[in-house]
Amino acid sequence: MSIILDKVNYVYSEKTAYQIQALKDISLKIEDGEFIGVIGHTGSGKSTLIQHLNGLMRATSGGIYYQGQDIYDQDFSRHKLRGKVGLVFQYPEHQLFETTIFADVCFGPKNQGFCKKDAELKAFTALRSVGLPEDYWYRSPFELSGGQKRRVAIAGVLAMEPEVLILDEPTAGLDPKGRDEILDQVAKLHQERQLTVILVSHSMEDVAKYVERLIVMNQGSVLFDGTPKEVFSHYQKLESVGLAAPQVTYLMHDLRKHGMQVQGTATTLEEAKHSILQAFAEKGKPIC
Amino acid sequence: MLRDITIGQYYPAESVLHKLDPRTKLMATLLYMVSLFVFRGAPGFAVVTAALCLVIWLSKVPFGYMVKGLKAIVVILLITAVFNLFLTPGEAIFTFWKLKITYEGLQNAGFMVIRLIYLILGSSILTLTTTPNQLTDGLEKSMKPLNKIHVPVHEIAMMMSIALRFIPILIEETDKIMKAQLARGADFESGNLLKKAKSMVPLLVPLFISAFRRANDLAMAMEARCYHGGEGRTKMKPLKYRRLDGTAYIIVFVYFAIVIWIRIA
Repeated sequence: MSIILDKVNYVYSEKTAYQIQALKDISLKIEDGEFIGVIGHTGSGKSTLIQHLNGLMRATSGGIYYQGQDIYDQDFSRHKLRGKVGLVFQYPEHQLFETTIFADVCFGPKNQGFCKKDAELKAFTALRSVGLPEDYWYRSPFELSGGQKRRVAIAGVLAMEPEVLILDEPTAGLDPKGRDEILDQVAKLHQERQLTVILVSHSMEDVAKYVERLIVMNQGSVLFDGTPKEVFSHYQKLESVGLAAPQVTYLMHDLRKHGMQVQGTATTLEEAKHSILQAFAEKGKPIC
Repeated sequence: MLRDITIGQYYPAESVLHKLDPRTKLMATLLYMVSLFVFRGAPGFAVVTAALCLVIWLSKVPFGYMVKGLKAIVVILLITAVFNLFLTPGEAIFTFWKLKITYEGLQNAGFMVIRLIYLILGSSILTLTTTPNQLTDGLEKSMKPLNKIHVPVHEIAMMMSIALRFIPILIEETDKIMKAQLARGADFESGNLLKKAKSMVPLLVPLFISAFRRANDLAMAMEARCYHGGEGRTKMKPLKYRRLDGTAYIIVFVYFAIVIWIRIA
């Protein structure tokens, strides 16, 4: 059970002077319960790609299958699909509109056709899972700070109880603390509920730390698709398309160049620390 | 979905019309509009049509692209046609209950619809071949004499250019918010009128907030760059008439003279 993309193409403003091919023959398979990162520089087609997954955009050609069903089928309800594949847009706080936070989070489940009570129960659970203190719940969403607003917006999608959660740069414009909190919460949801998570990000550190599989987009096609370790081992190629590997990867490569026996493939701080300590231990030098 | 609005948009191309001074184009458009209401009879019609065809050909903008802009005025066209059809007195050719279609009405309806279509096509050539910035520059410079009688020409031009600049931004923003609410299961299409109006709330509230936020940001950014109105402000690309503009003026005036001559003769 999964999402399958079969040779998906998408062209913006077809047959005008502004014509741009945003997606070129994308074929992907996304399994249930995966934690996937999508990276690529601005205009590489990341946002276009994720909007196809819940049927907001219609591919110019190619097919998309959700749990084995063609989402472009006449009988297939794309309205229901949007409840199953939850999409949190960039700067999602801009979509808040209700008078209270709680009412705003209820909006999704109410649209799904749940009665008031059920919708409120779902909103309750969702707000709990993003860790927003209860005394905020009946305030206006416009009184909150940027990071809090974003949590409310994410809760608004989580309240629909999706099977797949897609986040488009959920940490853009947040301070380091807010960033870590949101990503930790997402990782927790992934572990606890076996939620499939697709994380679009510009931060190599973030994806290296959290995701299990990394998809690199470049000019509308998939450049690399593999574990973060595999992908970041091609760091020279990544640089040529305007991306980079995490800082620690460069550090480890430099250390190796200077003759230290460390693993060049480390992508997170933890791995790097472990590898450096091991290198010292093998040399028999005291560790301070 | 909202990307397809073409009315008032710029179409980049390398054509004679794109190179003309915006003031020349403004003047030409104005005269063309007047001529549309002056012309009479088949010869006048032929001249007006020939002029429009020539300009469309010169502009190098695909004709299909232009026609798409007409979709927006279909309703106005229909209303005009219907009113002219039924409400013009004259020789009846078809009577139904109290309504009658007259020969004169048919003629009037036809001419009015053609006039409106030409009007929209003619003015959309102006906006298609001129960037919003050029357009407001042109307006500001041609209206400069009004400054003498304390008309805030520069401020009006600045407001116009900001308003024009904000159209695509707000369209994009609407598109984005619409998608975000659709992703949360919102439904903008089904239901009766009341339900449809209600379903607009999740779209309009964030849109208004974002418009105010953007306006505020823009005002800040302008002040940070020492904007203090038009006095003493110079232009990076001052408008200058060239030889091409002279030729264009001559052609336009000759055209206008012909239309008037046909009308009088």
